[in-house]
Amino acid sequence: MAIQPHPEPRRHWLRILFVLPFIAMLWVSSYNRLTPELFGFPFFYWYQLLWVVISAALAGIVYKVEN
Amino acid sequence: MNWPALTVFVVLFIFVTVLGFWAARWRAGDLTQLHEWGLGGRRFGTFVTWFLLGGDLYTAYTFIAVPALVYGAGALGFFAVPYTILIYPLLYMIFPRLWTLAHKHGYVTSSDVVLGRYGNKWLALAVGVTGIVATMPYIALQLVGMQVVIGAMGIAGDGLIGDLPLIIAFVILAAFTYTSGLRAPAMIAVVKDMLIYLVVIAVTVFVPLKLGGFGPIFSAVPAAKLTLAAPVGDSYGLYSTYATLALGSALALFLYPHSLTAILSSSSPGAIRRNAALLPAYSMVLGLLALLGFMAVALHVGTDPAFADGFKRYGNNFAVPALILAVFPAWFAGVAFAAIAIGALVPSAIMSIACANIVSRTIYRGFLAPQATSAQESAVAKIASLVVKLGALVFIIFVPVPYALQFQLLGGLWMIQVLPSVIMGLYFRMLNGWALLAGWAVGTCLGTWMASTTSFKAAVFTLSFMGISFPGYIALWALAANIVVSVVLSLVLKPFVAAAPVLAD
Repeated sequence: MAIQPHPEPRRHWLRILFVLPFIAMLWVSSYNRLTPELFGFPFFYWYQLLWVVISAALAGIVYKVEN
Repeated sequence: MNWPALTVFVVLFIFVTVLGFWAARWRAGDLTQLHEWGLGGRRFGTFVTWFLLGGDLYTAYTFIAVPALVYGAGALGFFAVPYTILIYPLLYMIFPRLWTLAHKHGYVTSSDVVLGRYGNKWLALAVGVTGIVATMPYIALQLVGMQVVIGAMGIAGDGLIGDLPLIIAFVILAAFTYTSGLRAPAMIAVVKDMLIYLVVIAVTVFVPLKLGGFGPIFSAVPAAKLTLAAPVGDSYGLYSTYATLALGSALALFLYPHSLTAILSSSSPGAIRRNAALLPAYSMVLGLLALLGFMAVALHVGTDPAFADGFKRYGNNFAVPALILAVFPAWFAGVAFAAIAIGALVPSAIMSIACANIVSRTIYRGFLAPQATSAQESAVAKIASLVVKLGALVFIIFVPVPYALQFQLLGGLWMIQVLPSVIMGLYFRMLNGWALLAGWAVGTCLGTWMASTTSFKAAVFTLSFMGISFPGYIALWALAANIVVSVVLSLVLKPFVAAAPVLAD
């Protein structure tokens, strides 16, 4: 592995995206409800599982841009 | 006695045991060196790190404790999903930095990091001891998981006979950890995950098919359990409880010695960042596993006389084993139970190795024998890994909790108290080692006191401020006090104490 000589600034502004999962998940009242349903899943459940996918995608995007 | 299940279980268990001993030869290194025994030589790439971190994080916690909480308490148990969503941004942003620092200076534990940063060996000791004490209830949680599946196969006696299978499993675990170090759980983690994915896919396809989709599963659950009860009056009720449990657990997770061990054993910061994008695959599995709690409700396993004895013995922790027995043929139940037991074995091994690294590096070499050779250090670590496992047994015996998940939350409230020392030090130079030690002491005492007000049966404490109450995870409240004391004391001490030694990172 190689430690880059200047690992800091370069395009790290995109990491601001990581704030989104925190806002979405800690704002519990925004998703504490049953409808709309998706494939039989109440909103509470599919919405949070959707955020698993979104947060993985965010990490993937940030990694791509930074490398 | 369920012979078909037991046979499959034993065969799989023997297979991973052989694998565990054989692992010593994998990417062979000099196992008398602590970083070889305890960090696998720091040569694990993205792929192995994925399995190792996954094996670390998704444990009996995921397979037994979370579904049990969902089964018993409903929506509240689902906090594990936001919890595992929030850990990955933290993993991406903070831990590559810690890895780089550790790699450069040869650090093996977070105590090493703290010692290097502040040159305060008492703070390093506090961080190390916290890691060991906080890990014990987490290993205890794994033991509960193993106990439940062994019991589910019909081996449930009283006294020594009843505990014998668990003791055998633990002796095997101890033996291969002793000989192979971190290579053993890394290799077994691959098998474990394949089994787990197989079982999860089987359950989430088969049960909805049987019941006619996910709709009927959710509608079988009382509506009040499907969402969090809305807060009433001047309290944030379950909203602040849910959010703080998720956030507090996420902040604590990578501070655990075993998570740090898995992070430090990876080969590069890039491998860690790639894992931040790849690991959420496990969160998806965790979410689906949590729903097993509802499937168990939908199949009425709780009122099935066949499982009455299991529920009486193991409480809600029996929900998942009962579900598996109710749905699958006996041989496949054996596969599922083996997956859960091995899923408890892997993290237990990593946890005990991580604690052992602390004992030998921080306590043995830091305090008792500063001149110790690498071989002596590694030898002490191997013995310490055995002692830590005994500590976990003490928790099972002396802290009877209604939900096994409580063990994890209890550990978290101690673990999170090292956050200012380990993480804030990476970013701020103004902090003082003694101030951090005082902050740690305040946070630890306050958190322990809050937990004691519930007789250690709950991890939630209600704070009231100007007539508004915020029930929340004790770990976060205590951490707040810890940070305030650390920062304020650092400012007060600044004119009197030399600044932290400036270390390049």
